[in-house]
Amino acid sequence: MGTSTKPRARSLVQRRLAKAPTGIRGFDQITDGGLPRGRPTLVTGASGSGKTLFGIEFLVRGARDFDEPGVLMTFEESAADVAENVASLGFDLAQIQKDGLLVVDAVHVDPGGILAAGAFDLDGLFIRLASAVDEVGAKRVVLDTIEVLFGALGNEGIVRGELGRLFGWLKDRGLTAVVTGERGREGQLTRFGIEEYVSDCVIVLDHRVCEEISTRRLRVAKYRGSEHGTNEYPFLITNKGLAVLPLTSVGLSYGASTQRVSTGMPQLDHMLGGGVYCGTTVMVTGGAGTGKTTLAAQMVEVACARGERALFISFEESPQQLVRNMASVGIDLGRWVEAGLLQVWSERATMFGLESHLARLEEFLDDTEPTVVALDAMASLAHAGSPYEVTAAVTRELDLIKARGITGVLTALTRDGEVETSTVAVSSLVDTWLLVRNVESDGERNRLLFVIKSRGTEHSNQVREFVLTRHGAELVDVSVGPQGVVTGSARVALETGRREAEVARREDFAQRRASLSRRSAEMDAQIAVLRAQFEQEATALEREIAQESRHDEQSTRALSALSEARADGALMQPGQEEDQR
Amino acid sequence: MTTHETTGKVQGSSDGQDQESFDLRLYVAGHSPKSVQAIENLRRVCDEYLPGRYHIELIDLVEHPKLARGDEIIAVPTLVRRLPEPMRKIIGDLSDTERVLVGLQLRPEGG
Repeated sequence: MGTSTKPRARSLVQRRLAKAPTGIRGFDQITDGGLPRGRPTLVTGASGSGKTLFGIEFLVRGARDFDEPGVLMTFEESAADVAENVASLGFDLAQIQKDGLLVVDAVHVDPGGILAAGAFDLDGLFIRLASAVDEVGAKRVVLDTIEVLFGALGNEGIVRGELGRLFGWLKDRGLTAVVTGERGREGQLTRFGIEEYVSDCVIVLDHRVCEEISTRRLRVAKYRGSEHGTNEYPFLITNKGLAVLPLTSVGLSYGASTQRVSTGMPQLDHMLGGGVYCGTTVMVTGGAGTGKTTLAAQMVEVACARGERALFISFEESPQQLVRNMASVGIDLGRWVEAGLLQVWSERATMFGLESHLARLEEFLDDTEPTVVALDAMASLAHAGSPYEVTAAVTRELDLIKARGITGVLTALTRDGEVETSTVAVSSLVDTWLLVRNVESDGERNRLLFVIKSRGTEHSNQVREFVLTRHGAELVDVSVGPQGVVTGSARVALETGRREAEVARREDFAQRRASLSRRSAEMDAQIAVLRAQFEQEATALEREIAQESRHDEQSTRALSALSEARADGALMQPGQEEDQR
Repeated sequence: MTTHETTGKVQGSSDGQDQESFDLRLYVAGHSPKSVQAIENLRRVCDEYLPGRYHIELIDLVEHPKLARGDEIIAVPTLVRRLPEPMRKIIGDLSDTERVLVGLQLRPEGG
């Protein structure tokens, strides 16, 4: 038949790789579920990069949280040393072993005491491992660091072949394995190239010291058949185990509160439409001595006054200094410290590096459970790493704070007119950004406060003058003069000038009013005079008219008398009389 | 072919008074060719170089896997010289007689 069959679009059946969750914070997130189940994973890094801890946490979490017993075979340390090293992470290996969920087999190989005389294999190791796996029904195995065998047993060819057999054996038994390896020179993943046996998943740990500050990083170099983040992720060794910090996948799942929190300055609250939202972050930037710390302290103060707990982290001042300095502007932090509501934590950011700073912050947050946290000042962190690292660390800080629904205040030093890159990067993470700027004029420096942004809030576009008084910080409406915004004594002068002008104007009015009323009196007088004249004239006229009429009467009477007298004679016509004249 | 003697003792004569006697332990895994060879090679070397002053204990790890941890056995076969002190370990099928003698310190290294 001639019917053409169209190639039908094949539905892609997503065969997802089975994964074994490690339980390591952040790691399962970046690997979309954990390590490949039933396969070996290579974890490589320089000594001290955290390979062993990674492996042990994988086992401990597996045993405790995922019902998967494990076997730790360590080639470098004694069992007692291993247990002791991880006790600080809160892992009680002895207890887990007692519970029958873990076997620790410390293989001691003494490179000096072994001599090869003929062909051998690693059946001894296989038998030991198999016996341990069977003992607890292990699903997870960690081999740390198996490369030791290369040095110890001499014959590299045999060891290589046997390792290939070992990884095959692990796969056959369906064991999810972590094999650690020492980082090789010149970009090699491992010194002895064991990555060639472990082709499914390779994780590279790095412990970099840059400008005397150490930072740990983790990278998934390879993960066959799975999506994974390709970035380098900073990770921490905390008192609760490892924590990988997936910067780029900072969770944006914070709850959004509609409740407002006061900044401690009613005028500023007003500018922000009633305060900042609970659980958001405020960044205060500004030059040296612009009162950033005061702003932060004020927010902390009002939180304590509400009866809430607060944490003030200072990288610049000791707790005593901070309390004293804030007291000088009328902010009494001391009483809250005494009341146990406020905790002031001072440390030099450079002292321990960023990662341990973060770990300690988390510890503090967990211990004190504050509702408001102030970080003063972020710029000090800049000495603890590169701008990128600082950004990363601050992001994590904000993340830690936000995830707990804590309202944060962050101060950052900027030089007037220029904003540091780290500040720019962080600015997108903060919800409210206040800028305090020094304005120099008339021989003094004054502070202006701007609200640069405030998410989800109607906020004022106006500038306020920020004044530090003996009873705290205050905002004052600025005066806008002919030269623009006027502050400080110029503002005072302008205001005085304005007041004087007003007084003068008022006096002028009074004067003019008096003069007007005076003129009105004059006018009245004039009117009276005029009226008098008018009346005089009117009377005169009336008199004249009266005289006239009297005169007329007389003449009429005279005429009539005359005509009566002439009545004997001829009657004289008026017209005739006229003609006669 | 599954079970071999787990701890077999091969007793030699003990007439050498002034020389110390050797306490040896050989770890093997079942009846693999390497294991069988190692046993044969060890007996040959001992009979030739340590007549009458050696004692061999043979341990099959397939039978006793837990014993591997005691003497830190990874490779098989492994010969452990328990006495005289200090303890020495020789791995392999012991086919290289010279290396075995060096390992047992019956011959100076490199000589």
